[in-house]
Amino acid sequence: MEPILSINNLTKNFGHLTAVKDLSFTINKGNVYGILGPNGSGKSTTLGIVLNVVNKTSGDFKWFDGNTTTHDALKKVGAIIERPNFYPYMTATQNLKLVCKIKGVDQSKIDEKLEIVGLLDRKDSKFSNYSLGMKQRLAIASALLNDPEILILDEPTNGLDPQGIHQIREIIKQIAEKGTTILLASHLLDEVEKVCSHVVVLRKGVKLYSGRVDEMISSHGFFELKANNQEALISLLENHKSVSRIKVKDHLVTAFLNESIDSGTFNQYLFNNGIVLTHLVQRKESLEEQFLQLTDKN
Amino acid sequence: MLRLLHLELQKLLLNRTSKVLIFISFILPFFVILLSSLKINVFGFFTLELGELGIFNFPVIWHLTTFFASQFKFFFAIVVVSMIGNEYSNKTIKQNLIDGLSKKEFILSKFYAIIFFSLASTVLIGLISLCIGLYYSSYNEFNIIIRETSFLLAYLVKLIGFFSLCLFFGMLAKRSAFALAFLFILFILEWLGFGLLTWQFNMDVAESIQNFFPLKSMYKLIDQPFQRIAMTKFPDKGELMYDYAVHWYEIAIVLGWTALFIFLSYRLLKKRDL
Repeated sequence: MEPILSINNLTKNFGHLTAVKDLSFTINKGNVYGILGPNGSGKSTTLGIVLNVVNKTSGDFKWFDGNTTTHDALKKVGAIIERPNFYPYMTATQNLKLVCKIKGVDQSKIDEKLEIVGLLDRKDSKFSNYSLGMKQRLAIASALLNDPEILILDEPTNGLDPQGIHQIREIIKQIAEKGTTILLASHLLDEVEKVCSHVVVLRKGVKLYSGRVDEMISSHGFFELKANNQEALISLLENHKSVSRIKVKDHLVTAFLNESIDSGTFNQYLFNNGIVLTHLVQRKESLEEQFLQLTDKN
Repeated sequence: MLRLLHLELQKLLLNRTSKVLIFISFILPFFVILLSSLKINVFGFFTLELGELGIFNFPVIWHLTTFFASQFKFFFAIVVVSMIGNEYSNKTIKQNLIDGLSKKEFILSKFYAIIFFSLASTVLIGLISLCIGLYYSSYNEFNIIIRETSFLLAYLVKLIGFFSLCLFFGMLAKRSAFALAFLFILFILEWLGFGLLTWQFNMDVAESIQNFFPLKSMYKLIDQPFQRIAMTKFPDKGELMYDYAVHWYEIAIVLGWTALFIFLSYRLLKKRDL
């Protein structure tokens, strides 16, 4: 696979505080990546370093094949960091023209990109008159101007209302479907779960995990069960070889598995032993549960 | 280079405040000089015509107009300082870098804009002086006209130097108001330095050292012309004699400061985490 960004042993100190510690990972073409981490885990600092606005302390990173300077590489990247930053006294079109001049791309795509984010009818309004949601959408349009090889989004839905969050998410999904590589930093896990195939998990500047979302923790998932005869169910589960742990909450019994087992086979087994289930759900841990397990464990 | 200049011009000319200040600093002196060259009849009592005083004669006019026009440079200084301050307060400096502008290009685009406006102003002042001069001057020989056009060069260097200083203070303080305060503090510090040197040594030594200070060296490029005009009126008064010419070393000192300020601005931006 073609690497777009490789980070090697990157470290950043702010005085005594180490914001990023010995971080290494690679972003390959065509995948959608999420960077997960609690607030202050070094997500934005890492992105700041590769985007040329924060100076690294040690280590290195390279864009594409490593033969272009960072600022030239950034012309092929689309990025939004935290809040949308534009000139308040210029209109949307004027702001985007300026970005075109910086990136050295043709100005013909401005209307097309404004259409994608649904701002075409407001293109001649001043940026200062935009709502936060519109500002954020303009930022996405600006990041798309050069048809980037990779789109970097840092907390794109921060501070938006539910409608705004939904709009941004739909736009991201559309872009991901077109095969653009995306790197999405967020602490909102359902956001990442919905669009990302790969994740990098950070805590206190240290990498805890990087790889596919579904391989994040070695788990075979769990069953959520209900039966009229709860005690019989529990005693049966305790003696089942595939069940590692049982959790009972009210009338819901959760059985964690230590090997994969088919729900039909499992149901048949219980029925043969005289238990009739009123509720059966087989699930894997959500990203949130996996993430909490991973960050608590370490 | 044109790309960077275009960038900066778009940023400046779409901003109403900058536009007004640019107008005041470059177009206003142009009009004031033009008006003052006209015959003004004061309520029929007497006619005020500055041209009659001989101040619009070549080559004195070069000295007078450049000195007068350079007093308006403070307005554009506000533009320079706020073009940095705005980039920081809107965080657009961060976005510019993310979009693929290098830190060097960022400083250069500001510097090119400074050169552009200084050059435009110099050409404007040059033209208006030439026109007024041709109209009023008693001497119209080519040799006399081009004599002391070195004041135009001094004017250009003075503007570029001063605005580079503002650029550096803007980068240093990140906020326009603080940067202007720095400018004022530097002014006070230079006079304090001068006072201290006079007290330690003597006036002559202090003055020759003061001529190396950034603000003073820029001021020194075009000395005040009033004494010179007085000199032409009373040629026999020896004590009015002073050295008003533009010297190559005065230009060299200011160019040295300019290079230093631009370099320091770049270093500052390079070292800084945004």
